[in-house]
Amino acid sequence: MSEELVIFFDKVNKWFGDFHVLRDIDLSVTKGERIVICGPSGSGKSTMIRCINRLEEHQQGTIVVDGVELTDDLKHIDHIRSEVGMVFQSFNLFPHMTVLDNLVIGQHLVRRLPKAEAEEVAMTYLERVMIADQAEKYPGQLSGGQQQRVAIARSLCMKPKIMLFDEVTSALDPEMVKEVLDVMIDLAQEGMTMLVVTHEMGFARTVADRVIFMDEGQIIEENTPDAFFDNPASERAQNFIGQVLHHL
Amino acid sequence: MDPILKPFKEQQAPPVQSSGFVGWLRMNFFSSWFNITVTLALLWVIYQIGGFVISWGIINANWVGDSAKSCPNVDGACWAFVTERWRLFVYGLYPKELYWRVNVFYGLGFLTIIAFIFSFGSITRKLRITMFIGFPIAAYIFLVGGVFDLKYITPEDFGGLLLTVVIASVGIFGSIPLGLVLALGRMSELKVISKVCTYFIEFWRGVPHIAVIVMFVALLPIFIPDGNKIDIVVRAFIAFAAFNSAYMAEVFRGGLQSIPAGQFEASKAIGLSYWKMMGYIILPQAIRNSVPALVNTCISIFKETTIVLLIGFSDFLGIIQLSLEDPKWLGPPHIFSSAYVFAALIYFSFTFGMSKYSLRLENRSNVDQ
Repeated sequence: MSEELVIFFDKVNKWFGDFHVLRDIDLSVTKGERIVICGPSGSGKSTMIRCINRLEEHQQGTIVVDGVELTDDLKHIDHIRSEVGMVFQSFNLFPHMTVLDNLVIGQHLVRRLPKAEAEEVAMTYLERVMIADQAEKYPGQLSGGQQQRVAIARSLCMKPKIMLFDEVTSALDPEMVKEVLDVMIDLAQEGMTMLVVTHEMGFARTVADRVIFMDEGQIIEENTPDAFFDNPASERAQNFIGQVLHHL
Repeated sequence: MDPILKPFKEQQAPPVQSSGFVGWLRMNFFSSWFNITVTLALLWVIYQIGGFVISWGIINANWVGDSAKSCPNVDGACWAFVTERWRLFVYGLYPKELYWRVNVFYGLGFLTIIAFIFSFGSITRKLRITMFIGFPIAAYIFLVGGVFDLKYITPEDFGGLLLTVVIASVGIFGSIPLGLVLALGRMSELKVISKVCTYFIEFWRGVPHIAVIVMFVALLPIFIPDGNKIDIVVRAFIAFAAFNSAYMAEVFRGGLQSIPAGQFEASKAIGLSYWKMMGYIILPQAIRNSVPALVNTCISIFKETTIVLLIGFSDFLGIIQLSLEDPKWLGPPHIFSSAYVFAALIYFSFTFGMSKYSLRLENRSNVDQ
C-alpha cells in the first residue's frame, strides 16, 4: 500500500475499573480517509477516538498516530495533540472569551503565532464556517449550531492533520444539524482525514469511505457506507440500523 | 373566536397600569391590604430608628473637646472622643513626621482597589496582576522602610487602622496565591502532593485561630532556632496568612470543581500544556465562579484581624479600647457606645464595600456566560 498510514491501533484494550470498554481494537486509517463510526451507546466508540489524542489512556496494545507511538511521554502527547483536532458533542467553547479569542488562544500559545497573524487565520476560518460576523460575541450569545461551527473553526485553526468528531450533532436542535454537517462535508471534500462518531446516515453515505460498527467495545463490522446500511452482515448491526431508521 | 377561549377573553380585566413612580409604588408596596399594612408598619419602624439615629448621632451629639467633660449631653453621641483621637486611630504609633508614608500606603491601597473595580481595556489584566504583586512590595517598602533612605520602622509600632489594614492585606494578599496553590495541589493527580495539601488545609482549618496565633507567637521560638529573631508581628502575619490560605484553598477548590470536564478536554485537545490550560482557561473561569465565596472569606479575614488583640497588639479596635481607658475619657457610658459605634461604622464601611464589589463582579460576569 502506497498510502500513508496516519492512525494505527493494534490489539488495543481499555478498562474503566472492571468495565472492559475496548476489546482488541485493530484499526488502520490512511491519510485522507473519512471514517464514520457508529454503534449503540456505551459501545466504546467515543472512548476509541478519545484514545487517539489521549484524552483517554489505553492499557494494552499499541496506538501509533502520525508515526508516533502514544506512551506516557508528555512530549509525544503534546505533539499528537497539535496534529489532531477534536470537536465535542457539547461544543466546549471557552465561555469567558470572545469567539475570536477562542480561535486565537491555541494558535498564539501552542503554535506561537503573533496575535495579529493568529487573528487573521481565525477570521479566514470563521468565514469558512460562515460565522465571521459573530467574531466579537461570546459563545453564550450564539445558537448551538453556531457554537459548534465555531468549535470546528477553532480546531481547524491549529492546522491539524486529523480531525476527530465526537457526536457533534447530537446536542443540536434538528434545524441546526444541517449547518454543521455542511461544514463537515465541505471539510471532507477537501481531503481532511476524519474520524466521525455519528448516527447521521446521510452524512455517512455522502462522505464516508468506510463505516465502522462497534458494539460492546469491539469492532463488529467494517464496510463501505452503502454496503453497510443496505446490507449489514451481522445481526447486531441489522438491529442497530433498524432502530436508528425507526427513529429518523 | 375560539369557543374555548371565549369566556376567558371576556372576563379578563385589563392589567393594572404600573408605569411611573406612583404605579411603581402601587405595584410594589400597596398592591393588597396585607402589603399596605406591612409597608406602613415598616415605615413606622424606619421612622423610629431613623429619628433616634439622627437625634443621637447628629442633633444631640457632642462634636469637639478633649476630655469626657466635653460630652455632657448623655442623650447624644460623644464624637469628641473620635475627633480628638482620630490620628491615633488611623496611624497608630507611627512617628508623626512620617505620616506621609502611611498616606502613601493608603493611597496605593486605594489605587489597587480602583484597578480591580474599573476596567482599563486591554491592559486591565496586566494592570491587576501588577498591582496585586506590586502593592504588597510597595507597602512593605513604605511602611517598614529600611531601604532607599527610608528610616526603618518596626512593625511593632503599627497600630490602629493601619495595623488592621496591614494584617487584613497580609491575610488577603498572602492567602489568595497560597490558597490557589493549595487548591491546585489538592486536586493534583500526584497522590503525594494531593495528600500533603489536603492535610495542610485540614490542619489549619481544624485548629482554633486563637490557638494558632498564640502558638506562633509564643511557641515558634521553641521549635525554630533563632525563632526569637523573627519579629513578633511578622509571626502573627505568617499565622494569619497560613490559616486563611486554608479557607481560600477550599474556596478555589469549589470554583475549580464548577468547571465542566469539557473545558479541560477542549484545552488539552488544542494542545495547551497543563499550566497554560490552568492559566488561560480554567483559573479565569474558576476564580470568577469563586468570587462570592472569595469575598465572603475576605470580609471574614478583615473582621478577624481583631484576633491580634489577644496577643497584645493594638489594632483599630484595640487602640479604641486603650483610648477608652485613658482617665481623661472616663465618664458616662455614652462615650463607650460612641466609640464602639464608630468602630462598627468603620469596619462596616470596609466590608460593605467588599460585598458591593462582589455583587458588581457577579453582575458583570453574567454577560459573557
